[in-house]
Parts: sequence; C-alpha cells; structure tokens
Amino acid sequence: MTGALTVLRFHLRRDRLMLLWWIAGNVLLYWSQAVSTDGLYPTQADLDKAAAGMADNAAFIAMAGPARALDTLGGQVAWQASAFGAIVAALMSMFLVGRHTRAEEETGRDELVRAAAIGRHAPLAATALLVVIADVLMGTLIALSLISYGLPAGGSLALGLAAGLTGLVFGGVALVAAQLVESTRAAYGITGAVLGVAYALRAVGDVGNGALSWLSPIGWGQYLRPYAEEQWWPLVLPVVAAVLLGSGAVALFDRRDIGSGVWPARPGPARGSLGSASALAWRLQRGSVVGWSVGLLLGGIAYGSIGDDVADLIGDSQFSKDVFTAAGGSIVDSFYATAAVMLALIGGGFAIASVQRLRGEEAAGFAEPLLATALPRWRWAAAHLVVTVVGTLVVVLAAGLGMGLGFAMVTGDGSAVLRLTGATLPYAVPVLVLAAVAWLAYGIRSRWAAIGWLGLGFCFVVMMFGEVLQLPGWLMDVSPLRHLAQTPAEDFRPWPLAVLVVVAVAAAAAGMVALRRRDVVSA
Amino acid sequence: MDTVIDIAGLVKRFGHTTALDGLDLQVERGEVHGFLGPNGAGKSTTIRVLLGLLRADGGIVTMFGQDPWHDAAELHRRLAYVPGDVNLWPNLSGGEVIDLLGRLRGGLDEKRRARLVERFELDPTKKARTYSKGNRQKVALVAALASDVELLILDEPTSGLDPLMEAVFTDCVDEFKDGGRSVLLSSHILAEVERLCDRVSIIRAGRTVETGTLADLRHLTRTSVSAELSQAPSGLDGLAGVHDLAVEGVRATFEVDTVHLGEALQALGRFGVRTLTSQPPTLEELFLRHYGEEVAS
Ligand SMILES: Nc1ncnc2c1ncn2[C@@H]1O[C@H](COP(=O)(O)OP(=O)(O)OP(=O)(O)O)[C@@H](O)[C@H]1O
Ligand SMILES: [Mg+2]
Repeated sequence: MTGALTVLRFHLRRDRLMLLWWIAGNVLLYWSQAVSTDGLYPTQADLDKAAAGMADNAAFIAMAGPARALDTLGGQVAWQASAFGAIVAALMSMFLVGRHTRAEEETGRDELVRAAAIGRHAPLAATALLVVIADVLMGTLIALSLISYGLPAGGSLALGLAAGLTGLVFGGVALVAAQLVESTRAAYGITGAVLGVAYALRAVGDVGNGALSWLSPIGWGQYLRPYAEEQWWPLVLPVVAAVLLGSGAVALFDRRDIGSGVWPARPGPARGSLGSASALAWRLQRGSVVGWSVGLLLGGIAYGSIGDDVADLIGDSQFSKDVFTAAGGSIVDSFYATAAVMLALIGGGFAIASVQRLRGEEAAGFAEPLLATALPRWRWAAAHLVVTVVGTLVVVLAAGLGMGLGFAMVTGDGSAVLRLTGATLPYAVPVLVLAAVAWLAYGIRSRWAAIGWLGLGFCFVVMMFGEVLQLPGWLMDVSPLRHLAQTPAEDFRPWPLAVLVVVAVAAAAAGMVALRRRDVVSA
Repeated sequence: MDTVIDIAGLVKRFGHTTALDGLDLQVERGEVHGFLGPNGAGKSTTIRVLLGLLRADGGIVTMFGQDPWHDAAELHRRLAYVPGDVNLWPNLSGGEVIDLLGRLRGGLDEKRRARLVERFELDPTKKARTYSKGNRQKVALVAALASDVELLILDEPTSGLDPLMEAVFTDCVDEFKDGGRSVLLSSHILAEVERLCDRVSIIRAGRTVETGTLADLRHLTRTSVSAELSQAPSGLDGLAGVHDLAVEGVRATFEVDTVHLGEALQALGRFGVRTLTSQPPTLEELFLRHYGEEVAS
C-alpha cells in the first residue's frame, strides 16, 4: 500500500474538473426536480391530483421506482430522481475506475507508476479511495442541497446515501470487471450490462410484488424509503456488497499479470473480411450505433409510456402550461413535440461523437497507414461521414419508434407508432446540421471537431432555458432546431427541412474541401 | 537513369518551426536508398510529404514523375509504407489488418503473404491490442512486403525487431530489390544501412548534407595513419589535408583527408617507412561527423 496516498493525490489533481462536472451535474439533477415539481404543482391540491394520476401508472413505476408519498414534494423528488441519480453515480464510479485501472494498463502508463517505489496494491487502493471520496462527496452534497431547499433532513439524507452507495457498489463492479478483461471498453461493457440488469430487475420488481427489487443495488437505495418513513437497515446491503466486490477485485488482481486480464483476450480471425473504407468505418462505429439506438429506443418507450395522462401530469399551473403548450395544438401533442426534440438532441450525442471518431482515428495514427494505401483521403472521410448520417437517422428513428411503441402499449392506439415515429424523424435533420458544422470544423483543423459539443450544448440551453433566460430571438434562431414545424403539435412543413438539408450538405462539402487541403497529422 | 523519387528544395513548416529547409533527395530505380539523420532532422516529415499526408510549403517533389499531393491515391498503388510507430486498431486481429491494408492497396499476393507470416513468425490471430511493439511492426511489414509494388517506403522499420527478425527483414529487402524495385529506408541502425543501402542521403536540420555511396562518403572523411620511420620526419604539418599531427622521435600519427592520402604516404616514404598502419573511418565515425556540428565548416 506504500504510495497509495501519493497516487491518490495525483488522481485528484488529474480529475478535479471531471469530478466537479459529475458531482455538480448530479446534485443539479436532484435539485432541479425539486424546483420543477414546485413549479408544476404549486399547491397541495395540484400535488394530490398529480399523485392520484401517477400512483397506478405501471409504466411510470417501471421507469422511476415505487410510488411512495407522491403527494409530498419530497416523495415526488425521490420518485423522479432516485433511479436516474443512482445511474449517474454508478456511471461516474465506472468511468473513474476504468480510467485509473484498465486504461492506464492499456496505455502502459501504469508501468511507469509501478516502476516507482510504491506497493503492488497502491494503484488499486488509490482508485478505490478515489471512488469512495467521490461518491461520499456526491451523496453529501445531494443531501445538503435538498435540505437547503427546505426538504426534510431525514429523507434528504436517505436520498443522498442511496445515490452515493449505489455509486460505490458499481465502483466495485467496475473494479472487478477491470480485473477480468484486458480492454477498457470491455470493462465498461460489463459494468454497463450489470447496471442495465440492476435497473431492469427493480423495474420488474417494483411493478410486481417488489421481491426482485431486493436483488438490485438501485432497489436497495429506494428501499431506504426517502421522505416516506425512512427505514435505515437496507444501508447494510450496499456497504457489504461494496466491501465484498472490493476484496474480490483484490483477490482477482493477485491472480493475474499486469496488463492482462483474468479472462485472456480471445484470438481473432487469421484472415480478414474487411476490404473497404466503408466496411472498416462501420466495424469501428457499429457498437456505438447499436448502443445509442437501444438507449434511445428505451428512452422513447419511457416518454411514450406516459401515454395520454399527460394532462394530469402537467397540472394546472400557468408555468407548466406555458412550457408544454408553447407549440400550440393539444397538450398531449405539444408534450410529445417537446419530447421528440429532446430525444433527437440526445441522439445528437451520437452524431457529434461519431464525427469525433474520425478525429480520434487521425490523432491515434490509425489514419496514416490507411492513407498510404490507394484509399483517397476523401473516400476515407466519406466512409465515416456516411456512418454518421445513417447512424444518426437510425438513432433518431429508434427514439421515435420507442415513443410510438410506448404510447401504443399504454393507450392501445396502434396508429401512434407510425404517427410518433414520423413526427420524430424530421428532427434528425437539424441534428445532422450540428454534425455537419462539427465536421466542417474538423476539416479545417482536426482539434476543432470538439466545437460540435459546444453546438449541442447551445441547442440544449436554447431549448430548455431560452425563454426563461429571455435570450434574444436572433441568438435562439441560431439553433437549427428552432426552424422546424413542431411535429406532432404542428403540421409538417417540408420547406424548413429542405433548407436545413441544404445547409448540412453545404457544410459537409466545405468540410471535405478543407480536409483535402490540410495536413494529416497524428498527435 | 530512372529517378523514382525526386525532391528539390523541399520546405515544410509547422507554425514557427521549419522542419524541412530546402531538402534534396533522389532515389533511382533499383536502388536501396538509405535516409539518415539525427533525431528530429526531418526524415519522417519528408516521408509524410511523399505520402501526400503533409502539404509541402515549397520546393518540387515528384514520385514516378507525378505529384504526391495531387495524385496520392493513384501513386499509392505503386508503393507500400511501413511507419516507424505502427499504431493498429486495438480490436482487429493482425490478420485482419494485413488483409485490409492489402486490399486497399489493390490486392496482395496470397502465397507471399502466407510465406511472410511464417518467416516473421507472426501469430495473425492475436488482437492488435496484445501485440508487442515488434509484432505490430511485423504486421505492417508483412502487409507491405506482400503487396505487389514498385517502391517501399520504410521509416525505421526494424526499430523493434530482434536480431533474428532483422535478418529476415534484410533478406526480404534483398529479394524485393532483386526485382529491380526501389526502397527508401530511413534508419538509425548503421549495420543495416551498410548491409542494405546502395546509396545514402544524410540530412540534418531539414537539409541534405551529403549524398552518395558509402564508398563516396568514406572518401570524404579522414583516414588515421600511424607510422614508424627510419628517421625523424619533418615538414609533415605543411602537407595538405593533414590534421592532429603528433611526432615522437621516429613515430608519426596523424589523420588525413582521404583525398590527400596518396600525397601523405609519398611524403612519409621520404623518411623510410618501417611500419605503417592506416585505418579507414568506421561507419560510426563517419556518421557522427556528419551528424555533429563540425560538418558545417
Ligand atoms: N505535426 C507537427 N507539428 C509540429 N512540429 C512537427 C510536427 N511533425 C514534426 N515536427 C517537427 O519537425 C521536425 C522533424 O521531425 P521528424 O519527425 O521528421 O524527424 P525525424 O528525422 O523523423 O526524427 P526521428 O529520427 O526522431 O524519427 C522536428 O523538429 C519535429 O519536432
Ligand atoms: Mg522519424
């Protein structure tokens, strides 16, 4: 263990910004639920009405968790935030662990550190300590922020503990996964899958008799019953699990070599079937296309399964009516127009990441041997661009399809599948405009591709807070999402879409021209 | 003669740093051309310009009579490249990478591919993530040598190979050259250069400082001479091309520019030579002299 504290200090130094974002983001998630619930249901009567509408909505319960004390502000916050907040905490722990264990071994930096006078277990111990610190800090700040908002202290503490301890358990899962496999991506895959199973177990459990929820770390947190007569003994479960996982990781670590996993890497084919730039681009990005599509399909189902209970949910306050009926049309359609834009913007994450992938290929030096073959530079880039475009369409289509399916399941209205899918798909075009701008920036200078994230962030801010912040109209109009008909609340209009297509094509073409004129450099 | 690569006055700047500052390089058909110079001299940069990855800021660059920037893809059918740092997609197997690069180059020779995999003792089923540095280099070497091309561009291709594999590489380059094809070989391994290269170009700080056969280069440097004479010599220090003269009684040691070696020996003859040893410069001395500062004078 010698040196663990030195290594830990170094981790904290490297991660301080990243930790800040994760923790502040999750605290904001909980806190904003309190604020928005207050805004949506200003009176006890509003709360009672909403509670009556939600308490037996099985889809809602499957999404969020058991419905307890929904006629209180605390109960609403716990219901809306506990599952997602726990997931955020789990993801933070997962990335922290992957980054400081497997990724360091993969790059060989780990060897440099290990060559110093530190104990064999010091890097592992430092990572575990880092995760504990991050999760404790996150849980504490969540609790404090809710108490400061005026919610009862006991429930706030339970909610914060639930998030922090779930994060800790998944930190343990990630630590074990990092011992099992040789690649960081695979370790994330295992941890993500466990997280998905944990979420699904509690979804099924919560809708049924609750038994299965006891198998899920997310369920353990919710069994603390925040704001609904807290019970504290389930705290034992995540603590014991985290300790067991941690010691399991140490035991596994002792049985493996540095740089390899307990499970040896599987050999690949001796002969390859990849024969073109397109095949390679698809091979490199297919995991991401599938992952985002499944994620947004589920997200879509989540929104869709709210069904036509929307009116009850939204309540009678003027604020919520303003937000959800801004587009005109029926309140249900307005709600789904907003949801469609939201999902498409999330799908923008795929689009921008996909453009970034090209930059990554170039920086890692993978592009150099490719471009020294008879493959023209434009064809190499175009192959990735095609994956970006088709992938974005697929991802947004999945979101729309999920929304339609969810809606149809709850309401029995089968025609909704086509209607909501059709209403969502056009939003892929403004997302592609964002991708095209990122692409243009990449074409000019490879590092500039990151501008795409700024663009995406800007569109989020305009959509969520544009009116509240009273941003000037011209500034908001920079967001390409503002120019489409708000389907399904408004009728589809082809012209704005056509203009955006032209803009996207022009930006992509300009990016291609720029790319063909500049140096290709590896980092 | 047929010039495959012809570079004259090549200039390449990265922001404020000038990486190439008027570089000249000619590679003729059928020769293995050594491309030498200290770290940061601009070898890899020159190669990247030849591959159309970097755009030249000045000078004239032609390969097979064409412009490597404009006709990159077309030219690349006729050449294969092995980078110094071989970076491969971590989750593809070595075999997949070899086939991908080969197909993109316009197909590879199946028999040769199989033989090369065997000769380099490469396990093509391993994922690139799990290859050692030398094995990654072998993947790139097999992909390059298995394709039917007229020119090999190799940037320190053996920096990670063990001596056994290095010997295999040397044989492969010999066979390649026997077909009348050309090689541009950047290397820091002097034995390899001596063994393989017909001609070499030495560059420093982005400029070519010397080009020629190794014999030519040797000629340009000094030979050290040590002689025992029948009588004490005099006037040796007045001879052209003699340096570091030391006379101790009847013993004289000095260094002489190789072009003036004949005159120096004649002068020694006048004092009656009893024993004489003369040493041509080693390759290391030769390069150290060119890499170091003093060559500028
Ligand atoms: N992308 C770049 N940006 C800025 N400077 C660069 C870039 N690439 C190369 N250089 C600079 O150009 C000069 C020549 O580098 P180059 O890689 O060609 O050297 P080299 O002769 O291959 O050296 P080595 O023997 O170490 O491989 C160096 O000073 C290097 O720092
Ligand atoms: Mg180099």
